[in-house]
Amino acid sequence: MSENNLSVPTMAEMTAKGETPEVLFWVGCAGSFDDRYKKVTIAFIKILEKVGISYAVLGEEETCTGDPARRAGNEFLFQMQAMANIQVLDGYGVKKIVTACPHCFNTLKNEYPDLGGNYEVIHHSTFLQQLINEGKVKMKGGGEFKGKKITYHDSCYLGRANNIYEAPREVLQALDAELVEMKRCRTKGLCCGAGGAQMFKDAEPGNKEVNIERTEDALATGANIIAAACPFCMTMMRDGVKGKEKEDSVEVLDLAELIAKNEGL
Amino acid sequence: MEYLPQIAFVVVIAVATYLLYKRITQIRKNILLGRKESRTDQRPKRWKTMWLVAFGQKKMFKRIVPAFLHLLIYVGFLVINLEVLEFVIDGLAGTHRIFAPLLGDFYTVLINIFEFLTVGVLVSCIAFLIRRNILKVKRFHSPEMKKWPTLDANLILVIEIILMFAILTMNATDMLIQGQDEHYAQTGKFFFSSFLTPLFEGLNVSTLILIERSAWWFHIVGILAFAVYVTYSKHLHIALAFPNTWYSNLKAKGHMENMPVVTNEVKMMLGMPVEGAENPPTEVARFGAKDVNDLSWVNIMNAYSCTECGRCSSECPANQTGKKLSPRKIMMDTRDRAEEVGASLAKGGKGLEDGKSLLGDYITKEEINACTSCNACVEACPVNIDPLSIILQMRRYVAMEESGSPASWNSMFQNVETNFAPWKFAPTDRFKWAKDVKND
Repeated sequence: MSENNLSVPTMAEMTAKGETPEVLFWVGCAGSFDDRYKKVTIAFIKILEKVGISYAVLGEEETCTGDPARRAGNEFLFQMQAMANIQVLDGYGVKKIVTACPHCFNTLKNEYPDLGGNYEVIHHSTFLQQLINEGKVKMKGGGEFKGKKITYHDSCYLGRANNIYEAPREVLQALDAELVEMKRCRTKGLCCGAGGAQMFKDAEPGNKEVNIERTEDALATGANIIAAACPFCMTMMRDGVKGKEKEDSVEVLDLAELIAKNEGL
Repeated sequence: MEYLPQIAFVVVIAVATYLLYKRITQIRKNILLGRKESRTDQRPKRWKTMWLVAFGQKKMFKRIVPAFLHLLIYVGFLVINLEVLEFVIDGLAGTHRIFAPLLGDFYTVLINIFEFLTVGVLVSCIAFLIRRNILKVKRFHSPEMKKWPTLDANLILVIEIILMFAILTMNATDMLIQGQDEHYAQTGKFFFSSFLTPLFEGLNVSTLILIERSAWWFHIVGILAFAVYVTYSKHLHIALAFPNTWYSNLKAKGHMENMPVVTNEVKMMLGMPVEGAENPPTEVARFGAKDVNDLSWVNIMNAYSCTECGRCSSECPANQTGKKLSPRKIMMDTRDRAEEVGASLAKGGKGLEDGKSLLGDYITKEEINACTSCNACVEACPVNIDPLSIILQMRRYVAMEESGSPASWNSMFQNVETNFAPWKFAPTDRFKWAKDVKND
């Protein structure tokens, strides 16, 4: 599928045509603005379109879920954002949302119901796992990643926050790659350092950056690929790998990118 | 004179009961300084959580060595306390080993089991003392562990060791007395305490009786004194672990508690109908938490349940990388402040109005700002304490009451407000990414 051959329908366009998509893809701020994570957005869209899933995005109508504001203590701002988003989502009659950002996922799933926004919210790792299990994404045996060492970095907002540990790993196993675990993984997985709105400020004085500590865990596995499932983890791990001057030998890739690459998309 | 020991025993029990009652009432008051929060839904799940986490010590076993040693002390504590029942009956009735003739051979088996556990407790306490003071396990030597917390931990272990020796001494001398005085209840041989008998051989019966009685009194008075001490100590977890796990947060750990007061204001600003708008709350409490009374009572109970093991801080990414934040310190500070306010109020003092507050005088902004909200501390706690909840409530206070968040967060707030994204990008550029890939 070439780069300019995607349809990327918006909710507004679909509604104008009288159609209702099966699922809304919540792109998130990182997926929309961050140059690196835009690639993840596009990879995930390529998969959605290849499989033929009826989806739409909100486009310019999407705004921040409010997660960073809430974690930094600004409850007013969070609720203003949340209420506005709920009005848009309910206006389109959205029932099911998929997102590649664990922070958006957590907020939409666990926190919007308190404010009257009730949706079936699913993270793209679980979504991809379902597509693989249903045979909609058929993994080519002996694909690009066969035998390669991949380590998965648990996102706190998927793992401890929402008990999603296995879906991302099942997706990786479908690549026929060698999945190696870091010494701290699953419930004991070390944070990348960006959660709780840390992404948006410098760290407090200390003797080390958290992402360096975590990158050392990842590099110790000897993996060539660090798989991430969160835009903030992606940034932190990439910075960590750069800091360790390993960017030539170690890649940080999102689950959706790995699948898309393996499919030749 | 014949009834003197019994009278003394009743007096000892009465004093201990009174002291315990007073202290428990005070702790209850301190916990209830916190605001109301309902945590009584999903009762079957709550019982199950308590059963697994507190009684079954499920989360302790994430670290196998301390878990095993702790289990020995825990089982010893539960089972040896059965023997205290006999102590109490003997003490009140003026009898000696009242169950021995009733249970016969089974009594010997029972006491041997108790002795086995006594030795288990002894070994574990010694191992723990070694871990703390000689091996210097890192998490026991953090800045917040100086002075009292370290002394408290060592005192508990030493007291337990002495109490266990008292039991063994009592049994050893009892066996020797039985050999010389057939009026004494015959119990058969106790395996572990018989190793101590050489120490007392050759003493006459009256000396042995004196030692045996002293050990008996030492043990029972020691247990009662220990029970009172526990309520002033980090060791209170032996009781509070149970309610603390029952009242666990059962929602997804990623969920942050909603603030309905804010919801009402936001709805009014957006011109949406507000529930109960005709009866607005007369007094709007503070947004977020500055002091213990702004926290929920569950947060304060959490603080009293903390045994300062430090698993939270040793898993905390901020703490591991040298930041000032230590989730354990957050809990210790919360308990210390609740104690301070409670003690002041009990004396008719200023209480919360003493010019101090939890945030500022105990916990600094630097600490709460360093949290990544990763939930590692919550996951690590063997009794389901939630330090993150306190941190996030304090951030709310700083952001909404003081506008005192770090400058970069204030810029982020501004970006979200004006650009609807935490970064400074124009909202009209949000869909630009699709331009290059769209087929039109």
